[in-house]
Amino acid sequence: MTIRPASDRSLHVVFGDRIGAESYAAVVRLTHGLAGARGVLNLHPAYASVLIDFDPRRYTHRQIEALVRECFESSNPPEPQPRQVEIAVEFGGESGPDLEDVARHTGLAPERVVEQFTGAVYEVYFVGFATCFPYLGGLPAELATPRLSAPRKHVLEGSVAIGGGQAGVYPLASPGGWRLIGRTRLRLFDPQAVPPPLLRMGDRVRFVAEARR
Amino acid sequence: MSGIRVVSAGMLTTVQDLGRFGWAHFGISASGAADPFALRAGNLLVGNAENAAALEMTLLGGAFEFEADTVVALTGSDFGADLPLWSPVEVKAGQTVRCGPSQSGARCYLCVRGGIGVPKVMGSASTHVITGVGGRPLRKGDVLPIGSEAVRKPRGAARDVPPLGDGALRVTGGPQADSFADELYRGVYTVSEESDRMGLRLRGPAVPSAAGHMLTEGVPLGAVQVPPDGQPIILFVEHQTTGGYPKPANVISADFRRLGQLRPRGQVSFERVTIEQALRLLQRQERWLYGL
Repeated sequence: MTIRPASDRSLHVVFGDRIGAESYAAVVRLTHGLAGARGVLNLHPAYASVLIDFDPRRYTHRQIEALVRECFESSNPPEPQPRQVEIAVEFGGESGPDLEDVARHTGLAPERVVEQFTGAVYEVYFVGFATCFPYLGGLPAELATPRLSAPRKHVLEGSVAIGGGQAGVYPLASPGGWRLIGRTRLRLFDPQAVPPPLLRMGDRVRFVAEARR
Repeated sequence: MSGIRVVSAGMLTTVQDLGRFGWAHFGISASGAADPFALRAGNLLVGNAENAAALEMTLLGGAFEFEADTVVALTGSDFGADLPLWSPVEVKAGQTVRCGPSQSGARCYLCVRGGIGVPKVMGSASTHVITGVGGRPLRKGDVLPIGSEAVRKPRGAARDVPPLGDGALRVTGGPQADSFADELYRGVYTVSEESDRMGLRLRGPAVPSAAGHMLTEGVPLGAVQVPPDGQPIILFVEHQTTGGYPKPANVISADFRRLGQLRPRGQVSFERVTIEQALRLLQRQERWLYGL
């Protein structure tokens, strides 16, 4: 575990530089352990790190670091039960403008990309990006495709995407640099509703191919 | 009920407080005033709690008619209103406060004694424009209730308002600072028209990075991230909560107010300071605010 300031009002706790069960377990533990902790304004869990925002007028990096260490010395907090969620997706065409690129990059036919993508069960590693974006672990290694060199300014809501070895769904129209392979009509986020949103850390997701509209 | 009627909304006028905290793990960034210093000063001047909601105008201000006597303060940039800036002013029922195009920076705040009494969503009255959390930009004809966040008497006019300064933006080293040489500190960058409350996109000499593929990680407000095209993006109040591009630097808290006043086509350069220097600069700003 390395703990370093990311800015004058945030601390970055890093458990490793790759996706792994051990570092991810530490992310889950710290996220649940610090939820609602005094002095913590925001928590940004990711695959192998947690960023902690605090008010620099009231707390120091050192005090927040002590909170992190205490969290690992105390017993595990209870974790919420994972839920199973199925997401229907229309792949390719206008819904998935990058499906062909992913096929080219992986050397697979587009139909095989879809088959492999829908054959996997994904775990919501964490939720982030621009509002309720689920980062999904479990993408078959053959489907890994690098992100775009410059992010798109507009990605449509519901776009299902691959970014490197990761998968995700854009809950809202936003900028984004991942490869878009399909689109769902399921609403992952409703600005009128108070969270928790449809997907949260630990949930299991399956994608199902939907016929072209 | 007495309120404020939007006679004209301006280019982008939203209700903002100091932000919505505690939801980053659902990907919802804090939002809040783009120039938090101006919002806090305005609230303190009219006798509000510093987190009270006010109107944030962007580049072109609106006109607002008051249905009851109250006290207001305009802070931030000069939007050509015929009221003094940084000063509590009494307005009468039926009076309209009119703002126009900015004469200086990007944002002007209209703070009202009691605050803007819109319902809080997830603990904040802030509008998160890009996601729609907390509401939407104001439109002509909207009527806003006045809130009950007045906590003391209005103050006298502010004196010696700390100037924004036009020097380099001060930054501390970001998590991937070691993957960058000093190009970021040598270039002069122009704020792109594509900038918004999510990110200030800069155009200028490309910043090369030795950081290869990296895992997505949490990103804080003010992070300077560099996508593969080398054009830096400063993550702003409605920033994404996680990202996968390397970050050589992070704008210091004391300069967030300057980010909020940057206009499209404005020029930006960077200067690195230590965390200790950053915190001292913040303390200086705090001392001025608490002297109000």
